[in-house]
Amino acid sequence: MPVTLERIPGHEDSVILSMGPQHPSTHGVLRLVLELEGETVVRALYDIGYLHTGFEKSFESKTYNQGITLTDRMDYLAPLSNNLGFCLATEKLLNLEIPPRAQWIRVLLTELTRIQSHLVWLGTHAIDLGAMSVFLYCFREREEILHIFEAVSGQRMMTSYFRIGGLALEPPLGWLKGVQKFVKSFPARIDEYEALLTRNPIWLRRTQGVGYISAEDAIAYGLSGPSLRGSGVDYDIRKKEPYSGYEKFDFKVSCRTEGDVYGRYLARVEEMRQSLRIVNQAMEGLPEGPVKANAPHIVMPDRESMKTSIEALIYHFKIVTEGFHPPVGEVYQAIESPRGELGFYMVSDGSPKPFRCHVRAPSFANLQALPKLIEGRLIADVVACIGTIDIVLGEVDR
Amino acid sequence: MTADLDTHPALLKLREFDPQAVEDARIFRGEVTLYVHRPNFLRTCEFLRDDPSLRFNFLSDVTALDLYPQEPRFEVVYHLLSMQSVQRLRLKVRVGGDDPHMESAIPLWPAANAFEREIFDLFGIKFEGHPFLRRLLMPEEWEGHPLRKDYPTEGYR
Repeated sequence: MPVTLERIPGHEDSVILSMGPQHPSTHGVLRLVLELEGETVVRALYDIGYLHTGFEKSFESKTYNQGITLTDRMDYLAPLSNNLGFCLATEKLLNLEIPPRAQWIRVLLTELTRIQSHLVWLGTHAIDLGAMSVFLYCFREREEILHIFEAVSGQRMMTSYFRIGGLALEPPLGWLKGVQKFVKSFPARIDEYEALLTRNPIWLRRTQGVGYISAEDAIAYGLSGPSLRGSGVDYDIRKKEPYSGYEKFDFKVSCRTEGDVYGRYLARVEEMRQSLRIVNQAMEGLPEGPVKANAPHIVMPDRESMKTSIEALIYHFKIVTEGFHPPVGEVYQAIESPRGELGFYMVSDGSPKPFRCHVRAPSFANLQALPKLIEGRLIADVVACIGTIDIVLGEVDR
Repeated sequence: MTADLDTHPALLKLREFDPQAVEDARIFRGEVTLYVHRPNFLRTCEFLRDDPSLRFNFLSDVTALDLYPQEPRFEVVYHLLSMQSVQRLRLKVRVGGDDPHMESAIPLWPAANAFEREIFDLFGIKFEGHPFLRRLLMPEEWEGHPLRKDYPTEGYR
């Protein structure tokens, strides 16, 4: 039986409405149960699990290297951020040092992922509220980033490009040309989106004062990422607890005090500009050197060396058939994914497969604030509020 | 990151506040894990949240571990974050495998709501005082709790 709401005694005039899971503005398979009085939402309840695939159970029967491919499919709009979180957690467990070149390429690509993910958010959010052209523009630019991913990893979306100990392989020659072209053209494109929306009276009416949440409530409900910073809490994991060399980059944390849909919109748009700055710095200062750590029992050897070195062949065989053995212990690694705090809690019992790998998905936590945002507001605002917390159901349900 | 347990501020303060609160403390890769005495759990958390020098105001994650066939079988794991001092802390509470239940942390952190429902769903640990303890990810009529170690990954039970 799907979850339903019971009418509160004395609310005989209200209507119970089921919204989703097949609904164009629920961004996937989210189902909401709304109690309406006229057009006002009195109570709301969310129902999830339609996309539950049991990733956390699957991790336990896969080696660490195999687990990476599962992470792509959780937050399918930011696969590289998920790869990064998983790899960093495992590397922390192994106490593995990553060469600088790999770190910088990781930063560069995850920031492109952030832009790409925000573009999907902006496009779908705008189309939900009636601005069709923004959607088309955003997807045009997103395609350019996906082309870069394809050039680098061979895949547009399910990249699995970050591996434990570094990257899968050195990016192809000339890949930076595509990045350069994008970095050059993109600032004008953001201006274009802003010209369409930021001072558009319809957009303002639909977003200002809608879905307000105070800083205190945002913290209490576990909001993170731009949804938290839209309420004036200046917490960005990249700045506060730097990982993968973020402390070497100069960028500003975009924080707004409005606390409404409009504030979160401005926070994310500014975040795209800041990500672009990081991409620029990563590109200019990209160090030379290897992209894999020097740990032959963990990192897969090159194809070339396997043809000439018996050790490489033996290590390859060991890693593929058995995997590697991290020490017994547990770590929690949080990264700033486009949606907020993405945490990997990894417990090792010394075997080649994780004893437990729990994912603290930002969308899962952010979704909890949704009833708070929409209760007491019109049903049309529900659509704006779903868009503004930027959920990906693949990650919510895992 | 504090690398030493003897000087860890949260642990020192907790020991001062209630000598029995912490059963065991461990450190691995600079991350501190405190095993909290079950009857004192909510009081301990409230102290950690409200003490002006600690302020672990953000509950970032709640999950559980199944140590089957060990007893006590479950550990409920809380990840706290202090935004003020940029410190993370892991709390663990041991829960027995026979009719497992635990106090809900919702009065302290409303964020615990969905996480506790998820644990109830996937591990079968009941949270006392949870306002809406229903299955979250699995269908309502599902039998068994998939993340338990005696639940097979493939095939039928």
